[in-house]
Amino acid sequence: MRDAFIRELTKAAERDPRIILITGDLGFGVLTDFAKQFPKQFLNAGVAEQNMTAIACGLALEGHKVFTYSIANFTTLRCLEQLRNDVCYHQADVTAVAVGGGFSYGQLGMSHFATEDIAILRALPEMKVFTPTGIWEAEEATKAIVADGGPAYLRLDKGKAASDAAQGEMFQTGKARMLRNGRDVCFIASGAILSEAIAAADVLAQEGISSRVLSLHTVKPLDTRAVADAARECGGIVTVEEHTVLGGVGGAVAEACLEAGALPGFFLRIGLPDVFPSIVGDQDYLRKEFSLDGASIATRTRECLGRISS
Amino acid sequence: MTFANAYWDRTNDPDALTSLAKRIRINAVRMTNSGNSSHVGSVLSIADILATLYGRVLRVDAANPRAPERDRFILSKGHAGAGVYAALAETGFFPIENLTRHYQNGSNLSGHVSHKNVPGVELSTGSLGHGLGVGTGMALAAKLQAKCHRVFVQMSDGECDEGSNWEAIQFAGHHRLDNLIAIIDYNKIQSLTSTEDTLALEPFADKWRAFNWAVREVDGHDIGALVRAFEAIPHEAGRPSCVIAHTTKGKGVSFMENNVLWHYRSPQGAEFAAALAELDADSNA
Repeated sequence: MRDAFIRELTKAAERDPRIILITGDLGFGVLTDFAKQFPKQFLNAGVAEQNMTAIACGLALEGHKVFTYSIANFTTLRCLEQLRNDVCYHQADVTAVAVGGGFSYGQLGMSHFATEDIAILRALPEMKVFTPTGIWEAEEATKAIVADGGPAYLRLDKGKAASDAAQGEMFQTGKARMLRNGRDVCFIASGAILSEAIAAADVLAQEGISSRVLSLHTVKPLDTRAVADAARECGGIVTVEEHTVLGGVGGAVAEACLEAGALPGFFLRIGLPDVFPSIVGDQDYLRKEFSLDGASIATRTRECLGRISS
Repeated sequence: MTFANAYWDRTNDPDALTSLAKRIRINAVRMTNSGNSSHVGSVLSIADILATLYGRVLRVDAANPRAPERDRFILSKGHAGAGVYAALAETGFFPIENLTRHYQNGSNLSGHVSHKNVPGVELSTGSLGHGLGVGTGMALAAKLQAKCHRVFVQMSDGECDEGSNWEAIQFAGHHRLDNLIAIIDYNKIQSLTSTEDTLALEPFADKWRAFNWAVREVDGHDIGALVRAFEAIPHEAGRPSCVIAHTTKGKGVSFMENNVLWHYRSPQGAEFAAALAELDADSNA
């Protein structure tokens, strides 16, 4: 996803000299070509994310389109007030790009787990929140942000789900994509962990359980219509995110269902419980450890289906 | 074309700045009285600086507040917003009677300075340690775009406790942003007590110099000295300028001067009348 983002930003920067990419001293090897090709559109702000974000705001207020880039929480939580007061309140064209959503950097420890960012960022007025699930969506989200402007948050995972475009499909900000239709359950997933939702749907399909799978590449604005339709048309809803269950995708979907008066037959949030993981491991290991893998999702979904049918 | 200070073009009289400073003070006392609000001491501390900037130094035009070639001014010590509103109103950015809306229900003249629907305000602040970083970005943009305007950031002394400022100070020095000017309202009193008793700033000027800034220290109530300091910008080519303005918190009202109480207290009743009398509010300043 990271490479897809850089690829699209490179194309855009060629056309639009207003684009500036600022890194917080990260991206070794990844940003080198961009820096060489666009020396006037690239800046290393040093290990100083509050200032990086404030500078991005100042540049944006003077007509630039600015992307701040770093790992996990460094473009978001470390400089949250700069995003809130400077970027969002002034509607500045700044996009905070975080590489390493969820457990992407699973071996590096809790400092490098981006597991509360969606909940926190979506609470900011004016802020759009993009959580692409695969390469195509990462490219398209980047294009959409370049076209429509910030404030935005782009959360890029290390992994990817198989969520490439169907023939002729168009990407729309705030519009969930139905990757598979079914009626017994609807999986609504954000980020690369969509792959685990698809795996769960595959397991359940073998048992005759049909699943709808929605790729929620934009958490804000939320596709409330797709959510309400899922609640009305499917047996239940399972939200899947590599993120705390508090206030993220699960929270957003639950709010949308209740406000639409569309009560799903059951509702399950797959995500991290309200704890800090203190162990490390690769992304797959940690997903299993926290029951976020396809098999665990299938098991927990089956339990919900069993409860409503008994 | 040169873009001059439109107010100065109209007045062109050194005494006009003294008069402007006085009117900023009187407005501030009235606004904090009617709003029952804090921070009058913080406004009085920078009234002469604001008068010098809005009355003469800043290349701004009330008739065209968003002119691309204008100088940018950011009040990073947003709690002194009443002073900026007063300076803007007194120099023609919006009607003076709008100042009565400060702090009132439904008003956009918030206690901490806000840009929303307020002509002339570049940046909303209030949380300390934001203005210099954004101003640094604006100064960098001016360099990238080969523009000639300057970016002035009015900071407080206590605000320099915020680490984010030192990130910006390091960045601006490194990138040789000589179109950036930080002005410190060095009245030596912060929220609870003196700056030296809170987190000692001294050796303050040396700290800025160590980050590759050019530093000048001036009497922040001597308008002539302020004009000279600002007209000599950049103080050194290739270095951002820091003007450390030695000021008196509450300047102009004897019982408010150097008294931390007036960081918070609102002038009411006899104190309000006494403050206005000391500021000679009845004369046609």
